[in-house]
Amino acid sequence: MKNWGFKIAKPRIIDLDTANTKAFEELCEKVPSAKRCIMCGACTATCSAANHTSFNFRKCNIMFRRGQFEGLAEELDKCMLCGKCKLVCPRAVNTRAFIYNMRIFLNDLNYKNIK
Amino acid sequence: MKNKSVIVIGAGVAGIEAASNIADQGYSVTLIEKKDVLGGNLTNYAKLFPNFADADEVKNNLINNLSTKKVEILKNNDITKLFFENDKWHAVNSQNQTYSADVALLTTGFTVFDAKRKEELGYGIYDNVITSLEFESMYKTGKITTKQGNIPKRIAFLNCVGSRDEKVGNHYCSRVCCINAVKQATEFKTLYPESEAYCFYMDIRMAGQFYEELYRKSQEENNVIYIRGRISEAAATIDNRIQIKTEDTLTGLPLKMTVDLLVLMVGMEASEATSNLSKQNEINGEYGFAKSLGLHGNDNKTTKKGLFLAGSCKRPLNIPEAIADARAAALQITQYLNNLQ
Repeated sequence: MKNWGFKIAKPRIIDLDTANTKAFEELCEKVPSAKRCIMCGACTATCSAANHTSFNFRKCNIMFRRGQFEGLAEELDKCMLCGKCKLVCPRAVNTRAFIYNMRIFLNDLNYKNIK
Repeated sequence: MKNKSVIVIGAGVAGIEAASNIADQGYSVTLIEKKDVLGGNLTNYAKLFPNFADADEVKNNLINNLSTKKVEILKNNDITKLFFENDKWHAVNSQNQTYSADVALLTTGFTVFDAKRKEELGYGIYDNVITSLEFESMYKTGKITTKQGNIPKRIAFLNCVGSRDEKVGNHYCSRVCCINAVKQATEFKTLYPESEAYCFYMDIRMAGQFYEELYRKSQEENNVIYIRGRISEAAATIDNRIQIKTEDTLTGLPLKMTVDLLVLMVGMEASEATSNLSKQNEINGEYGFAKSLGLHGNDNKTTKKGLFLAGSCKRPLNIPEAIADARAAALQITQYLNNLQ
């Protein structure tokens, strides 16, 4: 195809009318403490992986809530599941389980059937 | 010594409670109210944060207590002038009747922000944009519906409407809207668990006992969703729903969604009487509120001898604070009258 030198940019906007926000609800059945998150970022500040990579758990968390899954699985792969984030969370969110369950969800759409 | 008299202007929470307490000390008290009912802004609410206390019960307790005291109550009485002359305070109503006493207590309180001034939010333009006050009166009927009579599948609450906003000239925080949004979202989700409730905020300010706990409960048990971002505009869709736009600041992305009902959490502004009467006596402070002599030690006194303040005529207060402040003012007034020759 001829390259005209133009491209159409994908819209960046989050559209909550079409986004899959039910995924987070499903995750909350497995990790109820996830609901309590107040996005303070303590997890991300203490994160060892974040010291060396662009991994940002706080952002992954909120993108998942908003149903924005593109590129999320790759991001979550940067986590080493060390659990330091869990120690600093002021709302006692089980952050480690949160990440683990996001990984399962993103790699397996039959998430509900997983024990 | 006890033949001294007090006029209390405004029969809201602070006015009622102060009048009761001053009368208790044997002074003659006249309580003057603009409307034909007592209770002021409290009459607008169904349930009170953070414990869902019944607003009518709280109001009736205050009024019942008042009715056991010797207080002269004047309703439908709009005070437009207040001045000091010949050792007395004189309050003049719109019919030019004058009431005089040794002490005047200003309890003229607040009014809610007129949401029409934030035109971009569509209040007064679109049917399904309502204020937090209208939510309350609807909640009193036991259900929340859209203008078309349907149960909202999605509702959004927007905080800081008329507060923390340079554009409307109000730099201050009204303090109660955050927790009120949490309360109303909780009430909505309790009525309709299948519906979705979103709260849009700039900061969530849970500065009161049990506020944070209610916020946390609304997340955990009621599944209220909080999005940090101020709604920049609201527009109606063809089916009378409301499309809102904001930045989801925690993702750094623009966000849009359609809701069935948009509730604007309107802030507190000084009432007309508060700004007028305080201006006349040169005790006007910021934003039309009245100014006390000193915030930390003399919060009920003013620069004018015998003129006292109580309640939300000074700044936005919640109901327990207004009651406590009224009692403090009553004590200050009693001490003042005891020392009056």
